[in-house]
Amino acid sequence: MTTASQETPRQAADAPPKLHADNITVKFGGLVAVNDVSFTIPDRSVVSLIGPNGAGKTTFFNVLTGLYRTTSGRVVLGDKDITNLVPHRIAGLGMARTFQNIRLFGLMTAEENVKVAMHSQLRSGPFHTVVRTRRQRREELQAREFARELLDFVGIGKFADEYARSLSYGDQRRLEIARALALRPSVLLLDEPTAGMNPQESARFTDFVHRLRAEKDLSVLLIEHDMSVVMQLSDRITVLDRGEKIAEGGPDDIRNDERVIEAYLGKSGRGKSA
Amino acid sequence: MGYETKTGAARRRPALPVAHHLRWPLGFTAAAATVFLAYYYLVPGLGPDGQQFFQTWLPLTSVNEALVWVICALGLNIVVGYAGLLDLGFVAFWALGGYTAGWLMSGFFHQVNIHVFGGGLPTLPGIHFNFWFVLLIGAAFCALWGVIIGAPTLRLKSDYLALVTLGFGEIIPQVFVNGEDIGGFNLSNGTKGITPVDPISFGPVELGPFDLVWKYLIFVGIAALVMFISLRLREGRLGRAWLAIREDELAAGMMGVPLMRTKLSAYAVGAVAGGLAGVAFATHVGGVLPDRFNFSISITLLAMVVLGGMGNVWGVTLGALVLAWINSTGLPQFGNTFNESFGTDINFPSYNYLLFGGILVLMMIFRREGILPEARTKLVLREPSRTEREALGADMEESAPELDEALEAEDAEREAVAAPGTEDTEDGLGEKAGSTV
Repeated sequence: MTTASQETPRQAADAPPKLHADNITVKFGGLVAVNDVSFTIPDRSVVSLIGPNGAGKTTFFNVLTGLYRTTSGRVVLGDKDITNLVPHRIAGLGMARTFQNIRLFGLMTAEENVKVAMHSQLRSGPFHTVVRTRRQRREELQAREFARELLDFVGIGKFADEYARSLSYGDQRRLEIARALALRPSVLLLDEPTAGMNPQESARFTDFVHRLRAEKDLSVLLIEHDMSVVMQLSDRITVLDRGEKIAEGGPDDIRNDERVIEAYLGKSGRGKSA
Repeated sequence: MGYETKTGAARRRPALPVAHHLRWPLGFTAAAATVFLAYYYLVPGLGPDGQQFFQTWLPLTSVNEALVWVICALGLNIVVGYAGLLDLGFVAFWALGGYTAGWLMSGFFHQVNIHVFGGGLPTLPGIHFNFWFVLLIGAAFCALWGVIIGAPTLRLKSDYLALVTLGFGEIIPQVFVNGEDIGGFNLSNGTKGITPVDPISFGPVELGPFDLVWKYLIFVGIAALVMFISLRLREGRLGRAWLAIREDELAAGMMGVPLMRTKLSAYAVGAVAGGLAGVAFATHVGGVLPDRFNFSISITLLAMVVLGGMGNVWGVTLGALVLAWINSTGLPQFGNTFNESFGTDINFPSYNYLLFGGILVLMMIFRREGILPEARTKLVLREPSRTEREALGADMEESAPELDEALEAEDAEREAVAAPGTEDTEDGLGEKAGSTV
């Protein structure tokens, strides 16, 4: 695993960040869910967002993907300001995500699930679909090939024709990633991807993320509770607590940060990460 | 009907000499042709008893009317079955299509005198478009209204959407009922409706009131067209987006599906079918009467979609045929026969909603997925999903031996790759895995 992380190319120091969020604040009525959080994701990096339950991690995710509107602040993806755009526009610009509770299209096959995410890339309108023009058929064929390729990449190629709801839990998580990759994202947001996995599966997942970054040329933003996964994968870690950013830095900095240990790692974290 | 036979695909299935995906279309074509031939050749040749039987139990008018219901129900199926948007006011589109025919195929606007390949003498006052043009115009007009109604309502979700569509389903027919004097303009002739509507015509040839067989053929053609469009769209980019919205709207949006536009297109396409049905119905009864467009039509359409099998074009077609027949012929005739045999005097047709209600309740208990369900709908109603089962404690690993295999193969891949310490392409990984396993 250590060899794997050494192999992966670290971002060049001068490359512009893939995504940056400046002074994001989200209020729900009187409740401040995220308070003045700034944050960047460098090119081709894995950045983790950690913090105790209710720290505002998922809220922050939802702001980035357009599900919630910011009260103030700015989100920039590449060189485009995406603050408060509708979700499908943000997705089309190359931000993909998975969900904390799996949200697949249960009664569609794995392949169809992946193809749905190609919606913004496909061009054939209803007329072409009904007449089944040459262009439409070629496009569908390419979509199918790409979908199969992605399913193979995440290791569930042979379940392409199974309905998503009949896949096992682990395979559903894989399918979610394949579906997100179909957006050809530059930033991939994974919301607690190892929830419900056993240690071996988590280890496999860690390897998978390394492979992902190496082969797909993207940055990964991770919300994760499993500290061993976080420490192995992350180039940078941002710690949220009660909606505020309390620390930021490399895995070693975070491991030794007093405030983080207090707020979050406290009892169990030190043991795990040692 | 425009369905092509693929002999290559057919050869692979020796049991049935037809490719799987062509079985239903060919079946439909065969059934439609059989009915046509039967009414064209067979029935006129039968003795008085046979003719009497067909007249009572299966008159061609009720077949034609059932086909109009099929067209409309298929439109509703796109909205409800495909995109999962509950619409309780679909009759609005039927009415809009009907009035399009009323306006453009009658002497209603007697101030003007416009003839576009229409039937009747060129001196006849009013607007007289040819039926086929009116079909197109009615479809386009309804699509437009689908968007106009949809734009404000589709921002709402589930229950709220249903209520608002219910509202529109009442508003539009009410506008026609009271549209006798809108600022001095007679829009709809009020409760009297617009009669007569021109017959269907092909150049100089006009279909008279007794040319039901030909009308049947035209209606079957329209129904087939709507089916064809439904089936084709279902398999493309738009159909997938509809299904995705039905399954999980939030996730669909996050995966780049523009929710508003996709839902509006479901509304528009559904409305097109509603408009076609409206125009066809106007020529079927030879007029447009506002009291035909009431709430119960919307409910009956919904019952057809649900009973037939939501999302499945063939199921909905069957559901529409059966319910329409019961409504128009089956129940009244059964009532007559029953009353004659037992000397009773029960008004059976007045109980039709009791019967529908009963059928619906029974179906929901014994066959929730409908007569001919879509394969996937059946799945959700009959089986718990795998994660649901696992949540209840079924062993995940045990229920997925194939997963273990896959994982082992993957481990082997990884080991094979780890050694050289270089980045392999996906193809390279695959080959190595093949050699190690």
